[in-house]
Amino acid sequence: MKQTRLFCALILMLFLPWVSLGQGSGSISGRIVDKSNQPIVGANVTVKGSTAGAATDLNGNYSIGSLRPGNVTVDVSYLGYKTQSISLTVRSSGVTTANFTLTEDAQLLQEAVIVGYGTTQTRDLTGAVTAIPSKVFQQGNFSTPEQLVIGKTPGVRITNNSGLPGGGSVIRIRGGSSLNASNDPLIVIDGVPVDNGGIAGAANPLALLNPEDIETFTVLKDASAAAIYGSRAANGVILITTKKGAASDRVRVELTTNSSAKQITRTVNVLDTAQLKQLIREKGTLAQKNLLNQPSANNATDWQSEIYQLALINDINLTLSGGIKDLPYRLGFERYDEQGNLRTGKLERTGLNLNLSPKIGPYLKVDLNTKYFNLQNRFADGGAIGSAVVFDPSRPVKRDTSAYNGYFEWANNAQPLQLATKNPMGLLNQKEDRSSVNRFIGNVLLDFETPGLSDLHFFLNLGGDYSSSAGTVVIDSNAASVWTRRGVNNQYAMTKTNRLIDTYFNYKKELKSLLSSMDVTGGYSFQHWSTESPTYPDINQRGDTIQRPNPFDFFTENALMSFYGRLNYTFLDHYLLTATLRADGSSRFAPENRWGLFPSVALAWRMSDLGIFSQIPSISNMKLRIGWGITGQQDGIGDYSYLANYSQSTPSAYYQFGNNFLPMLRPQGFDANLKWEETSSTNIGLDYGFFKNRINGSIDYYKKKTYDLLAVIPTIAGTNFSDLILTNVGDLENEGVEWNINAVAIDNKEMNLEFGFNTTWNRTTITKLTRVPDSTNQGILVGGISGGVGNTIQIHSVGYTPYTFYMYRQIYGSDGRPLEGKYWAPNGKDTISNPTAKDLQKDKNPIPTVYLGFFSNLRYKKWNAGFSMRAELGRYMYNNVNSNNGALAGTGGSLGFINNITTDYLNTGFRLNQLKSDYYLERADFLRMDNLFVGYDFGKPFGNDLAFRLSASIQNVFVLTNYSGIDPEIFGGIDNNIYPRARVYSVNLNFKF
Amino acid sequence: MKIISFLSHAFRAPGLAIAVLLVGLTTSCFDGLNLYPKYGLNSATVYAPCDTCRNKTDNYTMVLAKIYGGLSLSGNNGPAGQGDISGDEGFSQYLRVLWNLQELPTEEALCAWSGDASIRDLNEADWNSQSSFVNMMYARIFYQVPLCNEFIYHCSDEWLADKAFSAAEKTTIQGYKAEARFMRALSYYHAVDLFGKVPLIKEDERPGSGIPKQASRVELFNYIESELKDLENLLPAPRSNQYGRVDRAAAWSLLARLYLNAEVYTGTPRYTDCATYCQKVIDAGYSLEPQYANLFLADNHLATNEIIFAINFDGLRSQNYGGTTFLVKSSTPSAPTAAYRAKRGTDGGWAGNRATPQVWNWFPTDSSDSRKFMLDTIGMTTDLSLQTDWTEFSKGVLVSKFCNKTRSGGYGNDPQKNFMDIDFPIFRLADVYLMYTEAVVRGGAGSSANAIEYYNRVQQRAYGNNSNNTSTLPTLNQLCTERGRELLWEGLRRTDLIRFNRFIEGDYLWPFKGGPAAGQAINPKFKVYPLPLSDMIANPNLTQNDGY
Repeated sequence: MKQTRLFCALILMLFLPWVSLGQGSGSISGRIVDKSNQPIVGANVTVKGSTAGAATDLNGNYSIGSLRPGNVTVDVSYLGYKTQSISLTVRSSGVTTANFTLTEDAQLLQEAVIVGYGTTQTRDLTGAVTAIPSKVFQQGNFSTPEQLVIGKTPGVRITNNSGLPGGGSVIRIRGGSSLNASNDPLIVIDGVPVDNGGIAGAANPLALLNPEDIETFTVLKDASAAAIYGSRAANGVILITTKKGAASDRVRVELTTNSSAKQITRTVNVLDTAQLKQLIREKGTLAQKNLLNQPSANNATDWQSEIYQLALINDINLTLSGGIKDLPYRLGFERYDEQGNLRTGKLERTGLNLNLSPKIGPYLKVDLNTKYFNLQNRFADGGAIGSAVVFDPSRPVKRDTSAYNGYFEWANNAQPLQLATKNPMGLLNQKEDRSSVNRFIGNVLLDFETPGLSDLHFFLNLGGDYSSSAGTVVIDSNAASVWTRRGVNNQYAMTKTNRLIDTYFNYKKELKSLLSSMDVTGGYSFQHWSTESPTYPDINQRGDTIQRPNPFDFFTENALMSFYGRLNYTFLDHYLLTATLRADGSSRFAPENRWGLFPSVALAWRMSDLGIFSQIPSISNMKLRIGWGITGQQDGIGDYSYLANYSQSTPSAYYQFGNNFLPMLRPQGFDANLKWEETSSTNIGLDYGFFKNRINGSIDYYKKKTYDLLAVIPTIAGTNFSDLILTNVGDLENEGVEWNINAVAIDNKEMNLEFGFNTTWNRTTITKLTRVPDSTNQGILVGGISGGVGNTIQIHSVGYTPYTFYMYRQIYGSDGRPLEGKYWAPNGKDTISNPTAKDLQKDKNPIPTVYLGFFSNLRYKKWNAGFSMRAELGRYMYNNVNSNNGALAGTGGSLGFINNITTDYLNTGFRLNQLKSDYYLERADFLRMDNLFVGYDFGKPFGNDLAFRLSASIQNVFVLTNYSGIDPEIFGGIDNNIYPRARVYSVNLNFKF
Repeated sequence: MKIISFLSHAFRAPGLAIAVLLVGLTTSCFDGLNLYPKYGLNSATVYAPCDTCRNKTDNYTMVLAKIYGGLSLSGNNGPAGQGDISGDEGFSQYLRVLWNLQELPTEEALCAWSGDASIRDLNEADWNSQSSFVNMMYARIFYQVPLCNEFIYHCSDEWLADKAFSAAEKTTIQGYKAEARFMRALSYYHAVDLFGKVPLIKEDERPGSGIPKQASRVELFNYIESELKDLENLLPAPRSNQYGRVDRAAAWSLLARLYLNAEVYTGTPRYTDCATYCQKVIDAGYSLEPQYANLFLADNHLATNEIIFAINFDGLRSQNYGGTTFLVKSSTPSAPTAAYRAKRGTDGGWAGNRATPQVWNWFPTDSSDSRKFMLDTIGMTTDLSLQTDWTEFSKGVLVSKFCNKTRSGGYGNDPQKNFMDIDFPIFRLADVYLMYTEAVVRGGAGSSANAIEYYNRVQQRAYGNNSNNTSTLPTLNQLCTERGRELLWEGLRRTDLIRFNRFIEGDYLWPFKGGPAAGQAINPKFKVYPLPLSDMIANPNLTQNDGY
């Protein structure tokens, strides 16, 4: 670690004296516009044969100084436009003017797209790849980067977990192809595959990346694109590239500040004091009625409004970029502060990001990306959310007493009741749960061009991802929640490392005699991950040991070794072939199952280049793609699951022989034959563009079949050291259609209006779950819920979507109210007696069949505005808040305290909780406006180089839904006291000079 | 240095890669992928001399501790965290599930937790092959069996032949092996009693090697009997082993219990054998603990004069949410009075289990039977007519038998009073006395005089005098009730009721028997539990019990 820090410091010192070393006194300036005379912002202007260059400002103007007088060639390039170059003579003094009018590249397809181990051009793509550049990112204030691209591309569903600061998201590409292995896509940052697992002390592994530093998200969706990542690519791959320095000798400074306020808009509907008291008087137990007479029972506390606050977010980004001689650089600094809506929670992130792209000598290009982050968290006690729903509203937050630091708590003879709900404000204010996380992600990519054979490049990518976290949890010894143990004063720590070495070559060759060209890549990579956690005792606030530490620290590691190759072959410039092959070996499997081969092949035909299509002028692009490949998945399983290991018990699980207490040694359940699951997928796609690509998009059909599905299934009793085992069993199918269309409706000097729309239809079906097909096998119970112990409401079952609900069918009375305990049996008759497992019925699931994204941007003179919306249809949600808290039994009976219940009780009148009633299963389709923004570009209002832009945005503007809970969008389909998502109002200031 | 070793790992392969591709892929070249647990042991290293331990046999000892601990601890982390089996660890703890299956469907206990999966199934004797307690018991039994098998396999002469153990160490290991065989027989006894016919797997069937075959109830009975009769010669003499470990008396006690119920299990009465083995225990030097209450206290390890074998618990070192912690906490009200808290040795409870008023009525109205101390009615109701709702904890009788207090009035080891020190007696002399009496009453060859004498010894302790003594053999009905009083909540009731023809029959009712508040006859299929559906699916060799 010390070495790393030193290295960073050295790099910084190298970089600090960023004075221009250019010589000469001539200069060029000019304006770059498109053919409708609109300024082109950010176009790159370079002077051939020198390092001088500039980018255009908001008005399309550029200026390059310190040039040697004489003849030069000036190149202007901008994505989507044809590169232009003109020759001119730089005068020894004064300014030479050079204006350009760029013409759009007719195909708009020259755009470079990042693919695994290299880049390609959009026109040459054969797979389902979507690049999302920063210009179409969501506007607003985000703690984690994946939120930038929510709803922007079909086939990708991103559900942020909750309103928790830095709370992370679930990302699913084309439905997810696993049950118990991970369904998360592989995330690759600047060529380094990062660990998607959590880091102790950080809510989300991506929470450490500054959204402002991100240049593009590229999503590799089908096997032909993703198979180059082999055994980790079954759930798609997300490639993230960070912003680089520009080839300009001028220091460009950009300062962005973003200030937001966020507010909870909905809380759970619960009974108020009067309603609860009336209920207890009518239907409560004697013990409860007695509690009503206590003097403390005369308040009206809205616990949910007590625990939430209006929270502020502040984000400052400062970026310096430019180039010193042959050294383009970009240095970013970020400071992000977010308060939680749940009181006491907060997140502070400080980040540094340095990119250097020097060229060393004529043959070696270096790309260095380093990111360092520090995250300071204070986690609010999430238990307060649930207790605020059920805490008795007639009780005060605080009382005039010293017990429990003054918080009102349910107690009996000066002892808090163990089963009673604890005061939500007491939970929040008496717990300090803090963590500090440091993370360093870096890589250096060396691109070596073979002298004399400029089409042959050798690459070496060395990458590392190192994070260390440490945290403390302190709870006051007077707090009722930990009263018997006299407080908590614990700590934890974790270190994770991920090291990568990747070597590959790329060779491009035009084969003119064969009317074709080829592009070959091949390489080797080795990646190693380890996680280490020291063991700590469990101690109370006085320092007494409650539990001794484990005898061993935690340590686990795994490694992946890979050989891979790719061939791109183009015939007649419009028949394209891509073939890839990867061999992966993983330490997680026994040597005989260790290696796997992952092939893919794809063909594309650029129809618009020939035949009848080229005769139709309105068709600017038409490409048919067909791809097939096999990808794998091995994340989400243990590092040593194939080994018959023994583990020793912790000091609180010793067994007594005589007067001695002995540690126990236990064999772990294992499957010696474990291997990765394999997904075979086929993709057929059509890319289209009309009217010079003013309307463009693509449509894709895919079918994926996962074999050797990793699933946790019951062992044959008596044959293993566990009742459940993770093993390769079963098949799963995904099928879907994706369509997206982007249109530029208006494009003139005054106004530009663009729309984007995408939709995905996806169906996931389990086709096999046992080695031998067995019709009596109902499936695997999943979906644990709150309320009682051991209750589940979902099932993985053959012929059904994963996580299909498995519940009792409610019978309703003539008044439309559900009849308590009355259910329909599968034969359509009343079950009459208590329902049994045989009466559970499989129906509906939480996964949307259709999801849509829609966004639009409007520019009018110096104004711009936009919105983005998202909808998910055909999904269901189990309202666990109501099922667990909506019955009379929830008030506590004779337990010695009173709990509140939700107003849903007024609809049902249930005496006992009916946890498995499908009354609580609700349709949860929704339409959400994620983002609405408006901005004004002041240009350079101060007459100098300082440009200034102002914008304002609202996130989570509205949600349209019939779902009765506080939010219809909860991944997994079980609504159980989530941290509510807030509405966020932001103001964004941007200065550039 | 780390970086260098990483690079050397990483690059070991590509240099070789070409050669490898030529000679064919032999994976041994890819050393970088051979990663093993840093602190771990595996089946090869555990069952070998431990050179870093105090004794070379220590690893064997620690696995043996797991075999015993399998009935006490729910996993490898106390109180919960690394469960042996899936699901809620506390709920699935061996003794807790066993207790639930043996007590909740009887008059001795009702649980109020209406929200928990399958509690109703047990209260109302209406379970099925997917009821979670049925699954958990089966999973616990078949966790113990392969655990014991694996250990026994590695105690064989063949395995030990080339291991550097001394002759004395090998003798120690042979002793461990006998204990592991007993523990396996004990779990199979639970299987034969609860499930009837289950897969029979012995140590020579290696993990993952095949699909086990089902043994009939008679085959299982014979297997357990033959194991125990073998073990009575291999185990240490009675009362000579360490506390918490089994000896011959434990094997005799289990044989006696097996023979007492033989008629139920196999159709063939074995009452003479029952009396014979009871007599062996009785002759081994045990005596009744004078204070009945002492048998169920935090320091009941002092009562080895009566307790033959117990499952051990400790509030600090053997923490879990099952066992006696469960028995105390689940039977204590949420907000107990200060006096009651002091009596039970815990600060508050989970308000779940209590007895039906039937149990209250077993005892004389006065306190002449001192065992009545274990019933409390504060805040409760014993009125049968009010037993309309088992979800309300206050309807029933508090059972305050297990108390986390010491004989001298102190508390258990856990200063927070959350986890109990009370050991759970599996076999104790009073049970053996009553088994002897019953065997003789049922026609077994034994001494009637002894049968009366043993019965009276139990009465004398309960009454403190001979006022309740009998001069004639008690009737079966009397014995059934007396076993209820003496062995209340000791996890035996369902077996007893079945043997006394009172479990399913309509002429002996209690609140919620079979569902209705007034009670009703139970379908005979419920005399055994079904095999879990999950294993019926996983193991094609199984046939289900009748009626399920």
